[in-house]
Amino acid sequence: MRDRVRAIVGSMNLLPVPVDSLSDQDSLFDAGMTSFGSVQLMMAIEEEFDIEFPNSLLTRKTFATLDGLNSAVEQLVSQKA
Amino acid sequence: MAPTAVKSDVDVPEATPWRDVMRRVATDIAAPNAAVADQTASFPTRTFDALRHDGMLGLMVPKSLGGQELGLRSIADLCAILAGACGASGMIYAMHQIKLSSLVAHGMDTDYHRALMRDVATKQLLIASSTTEAGIGGDMRVSNCAIETAGDRVSLTKQATVLSYATEADIIMATARRNPASAGSDQVLIALRRDDYQLERIAEWNTLGMRGTCSEGFVLTVTAGADQIFPKPFHEIAVQSMLATAHVLWASVWFGIAADALSRAHASVRATARRMPSDFAGPLPGATRLAEATAKLQTFKSTLIAHIERFEAAKRDEDDLSSNSFTVEMNNLKIMASTMAVDVVREALMVTGIAGYRNDGAFSVGRHLRDVLSAPLMVANDRILANTAGLVVASRFDPGLE
Repeated sequence: MRDRVRAIVGSMNLLPVPVDSLSDQDSLFDAGMTSFGSVQLMMAIEEEFDIEFPNSLLTRKTFATLDGLNSAVEQLVSQKA
Repeated sequence: MAPTAVKSDVDVPEATPWRDVMRRVATDIAAPNAAVADQTASFPTRTFDALRHDGMLGLMVPKSLGGQELGLRSIADLCAILAGACGASGMIYAMHQIKLSSLVAHGMDTDYHRALMRDVATKQLLIASSTTEAGIGGDMRVSNCAIETAGDRVSLTKQATVLSYATEADIIMATARRNPASAGSDQVLIALRRDDYQLERIAEWNTLGMRGTCSEGFVLTVTAGADQIFPKPFHEIAVQSMLATAHVLWASVWFGIAADALSRAHASVRATARRMPSDFAGPLPGATRLAEATAKLQTFKSTLIAHIERFEAAKRDEDDLSSNSFTVEMNNLKIMASTMAVDVVREALMVTGIAGYRNDGAFSVGRHLRDVLSAPLMVANDRILANTAGLVVASRFDPGLE
């Protein structure tokens, strides 16, 4: 799952740097992701995992790092199961 | 004497399982059948079969009579959910609940009406309303037709020029003058079962929207028991339960339609966002308008909820319920809700563009717009404003924020 999230970020041309140069804790925003980019990322992740982010998870914190995304996705996928 | 009004409810919509039931009916049955009801101006039979099957028609009836004693806030929520899937179904459901609220508020002291409520709950009977009549210019508070009494039986012939879903209903509640010598405003309300009346169709229902309500015209011919007339004069029933309930539940239906249209606009903006390059700097087409419309819908929601709470508070005090200022507030709710609902759907159309203008597709808001355009007309806003104008001048002006 973590690989899939990382692969989505890498495939979307969200960042001026390769995603592999970032750790799971590095800030995606500091690496150049725009706020619009985070919206697109949210929609791509929803589509990939067939989930919907509730408002409570639609925060800057969720989208700031791969770690944040991973834990949100894990939570939503396990709720769905 | 304490009013036998509907007991005040403290429940919130989330507290009932009925919301999930309604969501399921709305999504699985009402939404996929909405286009057919609209295109053919036919009653949404499958939707109401499902509502009956799931026991959704008697929820407002007191528990002592087999119902769930659900409060207005929850009923309003259910109306909005259904209306989001099919405006006509939502409006029919709301009209049924409005009549039921009069039964609950004013029928608890009479055997006939208590038995009727029990049957609504246990047999899932659908109630229609006959207030409109030829020759009275749409003023519900005046009747031409009159009750004629012979012993314990009464008869009535009414030119009911608009009688929604009359042939599908199990019960019709009709207004009439108390007797042939009464003034037009001296009205009573009578509850009728199918065996009590005959319907002769005199007008079709071929309209821009709300086509599934089948609001055709009929001559309504009645022979019934005198005990089927409510003891309270109709003007008291109207002021104390019917008008406020109608304005709240109509507003809920329009809210549901507007909210669904806006959710389609939201989805359409998201679809646009998906197509944009990730370094797109904005502004995203439609997003600003979506934001404006969302703000309107939020104001609509807050105002509607505030008025429901206002009504619940007024139910504890019959004087408050009958006061001019309360009527003004509920009239204002109707004007606000009908205006805002049209505004929001029109904004949704601007956001969705041609995809919204289409009658098909995921972003279509065509039916929403046609349905919601009935809102300022059903009891015309101009008539309500004229009525409010008189009341406002006669009321104490309230400048406070308490």
